[in-house]
Amino acid sequence: MGDGMTERVEADAAKAPARGLGARVRTTAVRLRLTGLILLPILVFLLSLMLGRYHVSLGEMFTLLGAKLGLTHAAVPENVSTVILTVRLPRILAALLIGAGLSLSGAAYQGMFRNPLVSPDILGASAGAGFGAALGIMLSKSVIITQFLALGFGLSAVVVTYMLAGRLRRGDPTLFLVLTGILVGTVFTSLISILKVLADPYDKLPAITFWLMGSLAAINTTDLLILLGPMVVGGAALLLVRWHLNPLSFGEEEARAMGAETGKLRVIIIGACTLLTASAVSVAGIVGWVGLIIPHLARGIVGPDYGKLLPVSAVLGGVYLLLVDDLARLAGPLEMPLGILTALIGAPFFILLMARTRRAWA
Amino acid sequence: MILELRDLQCGYGRRAVLSNVDLTVAAGENLCLLGPNGVGKTTLFRTILGAIPPMGGDVRIDGKSISGQSRRQRARQMAYVPQAHTAPFPFHVMDVVLTGRTAHISLTSAPSHHDEEVALGALERMGVADLADRPYTELSGGERQLVLIARALAQEPRVLIMDEPSSHLDFGNQARLLSLIKSLVHERDLAVLMSSHFPNHAFACASRVGLVKGGRLVAVGAPVDVLTEASLEDIYGVKVRILEGDPETDPFLKVCVARAT
Repeated sequence: MGDGMTERVEADAAKAPARGLGARVRTTAVRLRLTGLILLPILVFLLSLMLGRYHVSLGEMFTLLGAKLGLTHAAVPENVSTVILTVRLPRILAALLIGAGLSLSGAAYQGMFRNPLVSPDILGASAGAGFGAALGIMLSKSVIITQFLALGFGLSAVVVTYMLAGRLRRGDPTLFLVLTGILVGTVFTSLISILKVLADPYDKLPAITFWLMGSLAAINTTDLLILLGPMVVGGAALLLVRWHLNPLSFGEEEARAMGAETGKLRVIIIGACTLLTASAVSVAGIVGWVGLIIPHLARGIVGPDYGKLLPVSAVLGGVYLLLVDDLARLAGPLEMPLGILTALIGAPFFILLMARTRRAWA
Repeated sequence: MILELRDLQCGYGRRAVLSNVDLTVAAGENLCLLGPNGVGKTTLFRTILGAIPPMGGDVRIDGKSISGQSRRQRARQMAYVPQAHTAPFPFHVMDVVLTGRTAHISLTSAPSHHDEEVALGALERMGVADLADRPYTELSGGERQLVLIARALAQEPRVLIMDEPSSHLDFGNQARLLSLIKSLVHERDLAVLMSSHFPNHAFACASRVGLVKGGRLVAVGAPVDVLTEASLEDIYGVKVRILEGDPETDPFLKVCVARAT
């Protein structure tokens, strides 16, 4: 993580007698971190392409890359090209996108709800999408229909939450959003249970159960394309308005007194986060904990300023989920469900983070 | 007149907390509201700031009603200093002060170099520029209050609303803050409306005083005229003595002391 070093550098900078000196020390540290944040995803990306049951050497991979970019005409064995391009590449890109999307929406929600324990499913997006997917599995054999139902119900769950909160609201709007979000989430979780009871126990029930555990094992290029639209729209919207999450973190009333257009901002943020979360769930199932812990990790590295926090969260989230998915692919004789791994790694990791940053939350 | 309250009625739902409030605050003037707990000072401030809609009457700045103005327009004219609070995340002090620039930054932009200069200038004016890189959550109550005032100054307002700015400060910091407010009012030609629990603070820094009791603004005027033993006994319900400084050496010194029995 290296923030031990960061803290020391910052402490030294604070002690430096002249502001100029402190600023220079900090600039070097910032540059180091920036370089790391650009190199890290590239390295992990290349590593993940090579890793797998079918061994691909670094040389073969670069030859393939060169051939695809039209740089060389060297021949690449057919199966290397298939493994890399149609099996590993879509899965790796999906892991990067989903990790980035969940972390972006987690970070944005934590600021909007002024609560470091909030995760992207707070308004019911995951539960709704989970129900849509379960319904899709019950009713059809088509993966595409399942994904669209998941996306649709994920979006609808949040729309219901938003409208209900608007009608019930007295005073602070975010409080009512959280409360109705929990209610709507509970209703959809119960509906999933009803579907499980009704599902064929030899065929549909295991399919639903495994789907809900989250996995990227079955990802193909079509899934990736379905994911791409909502992810790009949602991610771009959040990144564009990101600085205004700073005033919003001070609460509705203060932000308004400072001139923040809180209503408009809330709609943009909720809309973007819901697109990100629902599309992630519709393709990969329920992958928990990423959106909760990655923003904290990012805060430990660059601080809470949303101007820097959101891009860094996106990068770290993508890298993290890709690494965990590599583990899911490679760790055992059987593919492990991704959602189980993120929870198993996430919970202790979160306790560690909490112990380290306890002071800042008090 | 900059800030003008005309027959303002404020409260929650259908329950009026304050009625018939007529008040003006001019540029370069600091009006301090005094009144017992729960009398509606904060409700009045929230109404002026647009956090709750007025139940009647009007709030005007420079003769223009603010009800038709956008939040950005309002925030460029009027800033609010809340009581020192904590933030959910350990924002750097500079980031906190920069949020005061919100009304000057479009929805898809980040603070410009100019915004940073204004924020740093505000921190310098409050004498806390050395805190710029410290986490806001680690500051003392007094330092946080100074940072919040710097944030309000960074907003470049003409009207400043302060809700009990001195309530969480120690004895020395209270005195320092009050004299800082007094010089800011003149230096930036601000119209300040503040509230306090201490009549002595009104003596120390207010150009005028408003007394609030029983849902009404009962008196407005210069501190020496309005703050009398009788009027303070009336609004707080305790015995009050007002002591004056030696006319030769401290002609303007006045303090009041309350006794519950």
